[in-house]
Amino acid sequence: MIKAILIFNNHGKPRLSKFYQPYVSTPPPPIRSEDTQQQIIRETFHLVSKRDENVCNFLEGGLLIGGSDNKLIYRHYATLYFVFCVDSSESELGILDLIQVFVETLDKCFENVCELDLIFHVDKVHNILAEMVMGGMVLETNMNEIVTQIDAQNKLEKSEAGLAGAPARAVSAVKNMNLPEIPRNINIGDISIKVPNLPSFK
Amino acid sequence: MSDIVEKTLTALPGLFLQNQSTGGPGAAKASFSSRLGGLVRGITALTSKHEEEKLIQQELNNLKATVSAPTTTLKMMKECMVRLIYCEMLGYDASFGYIHAIKLAQQGNLLEKRVGYLAVSLFLHENHELLLLLVNTVVKDLQSTNLVEVCMALTIVSQIFPREMIPAVLPLIEDKLQHSKEIIRRKAVLALYKFHVIAPNQVQHIHIKFRKALCDRDVGVMAASLHIYLKMIKENSSAYKDLTGSFVTILKQVVGGKLPVDFNYHSVPAPWLQIQLLRILGLLGKDDQRTSELMYDVLDESLRRAELNHNVTYAILFECVHTVYSIYPKSELLEKAAKCIGKFVLSPKINLKYLGLKALTYVIQQDPTLALQHQMTIIECLDHPDPIIKRETLELLYRITNAQNITVIVQKMLEYLHQSKEEYIIVNLVGKIAELAEKYPLFGPQVIQYLYVLVLNTVDTYAPDNAWFIQTMNAVFSVGGDVMHPDIPNNFLRLLAEGFDDETENQQLRLYAVQSYLTLLDVENVFYPQRFLQVMSWVLGEYAYLLGKETPEEVITKLYRLLMSDSISSETKAWLIAAVTKLTPQAHSSNIVERLIQEFTTSLDTCLRQHAFELKHLNENVEFMKSLLPVDKSCEDMVLLKARGLALTFEDNDDIALALKNLMEMKPFRIQSVDSSLSFLDGFVAEELSQGAAPYKPHHQRQEEKLSQEKVLNFEPYGLSFSSSGFTGRQSPAGISLGSDVSGNSTETGLKETNSLKLEGIKKLWGKEGYLPKKGSKTGDETEAPPVPQETMIMENVDQTMTKKDQSQVPTQSKEEKEKQLLASSLFVGLGSESTVNLLGKVDTVSHKFRRKSKVKETKSGETTSTHNMTCSSFSSSSNMAYEEDYYLDNFQDRGDKELKKISLNSELLDSESLSELPLVEKLSNCRLSAPSLFADNMEVFHPPQSTAASVASEISLTSSLLEETTEHMHSDPTEVCNNETISVSSYKIWKDDCLLMVWSLSNKSGLELKNANLEIAPVEYFKLQDTAIVISGNMLIALPLKISTEDFGKLWLSFANDVKQNLKMSESQAALPSTLKTLQQELRLHVVDIIGS
Repeated sequence: MIKAILIFNNHGKPRLSKFYQPYVSTPPPPIRSEDTQQQIIRETFHLVSKRDENVCNFLEGGLLIGGSDNKLIYRHYATLYFVFCVDSSESELGILDLIQVFVETLDKCFENVCELDLIFHVDKVHNILAEMVMGGMVLETNMNEIVTQIDAQNKLEKSEAGLAGAPARAVSAVKNMNLPEIPRNINIGDISIKVPNLPSFK
Repeated sequence: MSDIVEKTLTALPGLFLQNQSTGGPGAAKASFSSRLGGLVRGITALTSKHEEEKLIQQELNNLKATVSAPTTTLKMMKECMVRLIYCEMLGYDASFGYIHAIKLAQQGNLLEKRVGYLAVSLFLHENHELLLLLVNTVVKDLQSTNLVEVCMALTIVSQIFPREMIPAVLPLIEDKLQHSKEIIRRKAVLALYKFHVIAPNQVQHIHIKFRKALCDRDVGVMAASLHIYLKMIKENSSAYKDLTGSFVTILKQVVGGKLPVDFNYHSVPAPWLQIQLLRILGLLGKDDQRTSELMYDVLDESLRRAELNHNVTYAILFECVHTVYSIYPKSELLEKAAKCIGKFVLSPKINLKYLGLKALTYVIQQDPTLALQHQMTIIECLDHPDPIIKRETLELLYRITNAQNITVIVQKMLEYLHQSKEEYIIVNLVGKIAELAEKYPLFGPQVIQYLYVLVLNTVDTYAPDNAWFIQTMNAVFSVGGDVMHPDIPNNFLRLLAEGFDDETENQQLRLYAVQSYLTLLDVENVFYPQRFLQVMSWVLGEYAYLLGKETPEEVITKLYRLLMSDSISSETKAWLIAAVTKLTPQAHSSNIVERLIQEFTTSLDTCLRQHAFELKHLNENVEFMKSLLPVDKSCEDMVLLKARGLALTFEDNDDIALALKNLMEMKPFRIQSVDSSLSFLDGFVAEELSQGAAPYKPHHQRQEEKLSQEKVLNFEPYGLSFSSSGFTGRQSPAGISLGSDVSGNSTETGLKETNSLKLEGIKKLWGKEGYLPKKGSKTGDETEAPPVPQETMIMENVDQTMTKKDQSQVPTQSKEEKEKQLLASSLFVGLGSESTVNLLGKVDTVSHKFRRKSKVKETKSGETTSTHNMTCSSFSSSSNMAYEEDYYLDNFQDRGDKELKKISLNSELLDSESLSELPLVEKLSNCRLSAPSLFADNMEVFHPPQSTAASVASEISLTSSLLEETTEHMHSDPTEVCNNETISVSSYKIWKDDCLLMVWSLSNKSGLELKNANLEIAPVEYFKLQDTAIVISGNMLIALPLKISTEDFGKLWLSFANDVKQNLKMSESQAALPSTLKTLQQELRLHVVDIIGS
């Protein structure tokens, strides 16, 4: 399982952080997990930033991340570090390629992605990530598929938002009425539905 | 309906406001991005953390005002959320916005909803109370006909969802498994996976649906279901064996390129899917031949197909190798996998090298030869600039540690430790070193001291958890035990008593220590060093109260059992009684205490007797005792103990009471300051002395006196491990030879005597690093270039053999040689039949060896490949440091050693009816007379005395026909192996200090000339015919040296000596891996480094 995905720049400024496993101390005092998360980001940056270019892309996690079972797998692109924190059930090289897929997808969606894109479109980046990794599990690894999904959603959202600024409230209010008969724009048919050649096996 | 109207109404002012202020959504967007942009730019422009804080705080205040203003529209809210996300990501608290995020997810349109969900998933954690407010929204969205909303709901469910609310959404998600869109089905499967992780019992009933998902017509859905199966199979593989066929079919199709091209990644078909499937297969096929057989083909195919030189193919290859080594082995596949590992290890790409090392680490137990093949690379990796590679290499070495290479490996670890600054690694490594030290007790006191300091430093600097500290210290004590400086346990106890800064933390540490010691004491038939027992008894006496009210009796029972044990020295007994004394006031019933008092008030040991009397008196007056021995007053207690020591010198019991009473009165004083010299007692002492009391003697003095008293009677066992229960403890080889010589005397003095006796001979060979070779060069080499000495050593062996050859031709031996010989015989004691004198005194040792012999035989019979592997691995891995060409030699030596053992043991115990010799002998008796083509060029010719050439029939003449050489060495009597009318064959053995010579003497009775002789030895691989002597002159002698040198034997012996056999009882309920591991950890003190592939 992927425990966390972190992106930070060369100075350690976080650009994206997504934790799939809560890093919280025991329930009684509901300590915000945020502090632990910040610590993890700092520690990870500390670990990753001092690595040379010609060393391997795998790191043993520190104590914070959860001991020997966990690993940091990272890639360094220009100004950004992409770090995936995974447990032993993930393949190291597989994750390494997943990072590549992620970055290529970002590149496709933003057209020459740069650090600023990540800053100004945090939500978008998260959306793209959500199409790839869901709850710490790899959902989709096909770049085109991810891009199609994102495009379809954007289109849908735009069309809904495009109904006009003002009536949007009314629309959403109507939507809140649970009336399934109302035809909805459910046309995300661009998603190519693949029929694989797998015969049904039992 | 009313709430909809309400919502619409609340939204209206916002709409107007928005229209007024910005005049359109586009403008709003611009204003948002500029605001976030402004913030970002502002932050980047700042130089100090402080300024950033100020700016963000300001921003947060603004946001707070905005989000709580009733006029804020959802659109603006969405923008605010994005900025809040940004602030939170930087580590600032934006908790005021959480509720608004939930609201946004509830009320917004698609775009806003998405941001709302995103914010929720980023802000909240699983146990957050606000999360409950989200459930309704999720349920609503799941029911929506809008696919995007359903997707969003499924995503949030798989990210974060309150466990107790699962039933609310479960049926909805189950329905989604039948959804017409594959993306929904896929997400639904992953959402169910999430439920399976957080609440497995709630989704048990839908396992059948998982099967459906696995058979889904869409590959994506099937791939998603693999996540669930991987997890479930990891937990319980036996329940899913029936699916093996399906998984194999899927993998076959994937590998065969049957998937649509969309699934290709760099023209590799669905690599992630393949990886997942291979992992599953690995788990399914583990230790299951039948299941494994199903997958051999597809694995072979996978290995073959993965030829492309892309990163991701290596990922598949790696998984493949892993699987091949996990499942029931098939030699063909193993071979291929081994080749693949070679590809990894030798790759110039550093990532692949890392994985290669990882694979090696994984397979090393099964196939140590692989490590041998790559030893050069491994050695290179040890000095690799990348610390991660280095660490992985150390991990690999850690797995192949044995008695021979431990010094070098630990040294490497220490080197790494000095360079490393990472907390996690240091903590991990120190623990490993301590473990190794425990496993191979070769360390001298200095090393223990060093280790102790290392552990303490680690604790000081990094404060790893209590468990680590106590366990590591346990390891240090178990290994260091009796050789360590007495300060170490004292320091440790002081550390426990004084504690660190945090009091609750201290209590936890103590509690953990108590628990851990109790578990250790529960282990039967394990002997701990006396010092360790002393530490345990002190801690138990002091802190057992932390366990709760009920336990003191149990603890006392355990201590009592220990007291009654034979292997406990009287000093330790005193500690134990002290501990019982401390516990008595806390215990309710004191049957055991009574028994203990009875037992020890009549003890011959004055010290123990006094302790017992003291306890008795105290026990009679419980109130007094309670006030005297309060719980958790250990620091003061030290004074008390000393004072008691003082009081103990007064033989009269009344005086003890008096002394204690006096102390009682002085209690306030004690609390104020601890006066270690106890000057406040001076007056009291003077008074007592004047009344004729005996002067105080320091503890050691009393001990000495006690010992001198004891010389006649011995209450001690003869060496710890040689009790009749068998050889279960971890003993140093010194312990064995010592223990065997202890006869009737008191143990301690006995030990001392034997020590001094043995040291003369042993000093040169056994040092703190373990075995020291005769030629001092080894130690020097070791520090400089650790990998090399192993090789040089073997070279040396060869050298020595060469010299020996020379010497045998020039039989004059220097005095030094004789000494060596003496030494060798003292090392090889018990191996030759000559040593009957020694044998008398050491029945235990022999029986122990005898047992081992039977084990070897078992191995030989080949029925248990696993045992065989084990023995082999322990041996041959030893030579990992040596270079490849030496492997053969080494391997041979191992086997030779076994053979040697057998032969010698047989000769010892079974007289001449040497069972294991028979196959050899039988072959020999068939010896066809043909050219000695087998033999190497460097044959040696021994000329037996002429006088014996004629008379060959009788054994007496055979004895005299022994080689001249033999007279200087121990040798067995020649025994006739077989004969017929023309020839007779007899054999005898010669023990030289560096090798064992098997001599077969072939006598020609017929008087005809023997033209040639052909010697055939049955298990050829067990023998290497290095130098054989053949004499063809009517009488023939064939000498077959089993080449094993003193050094090698010493080492092998050592590794044998550390061989611990222990029967572990495991209940069936413990079948699960984690519990098994836990048991192993406790019982054998194994350390689980990494659980690969399960």
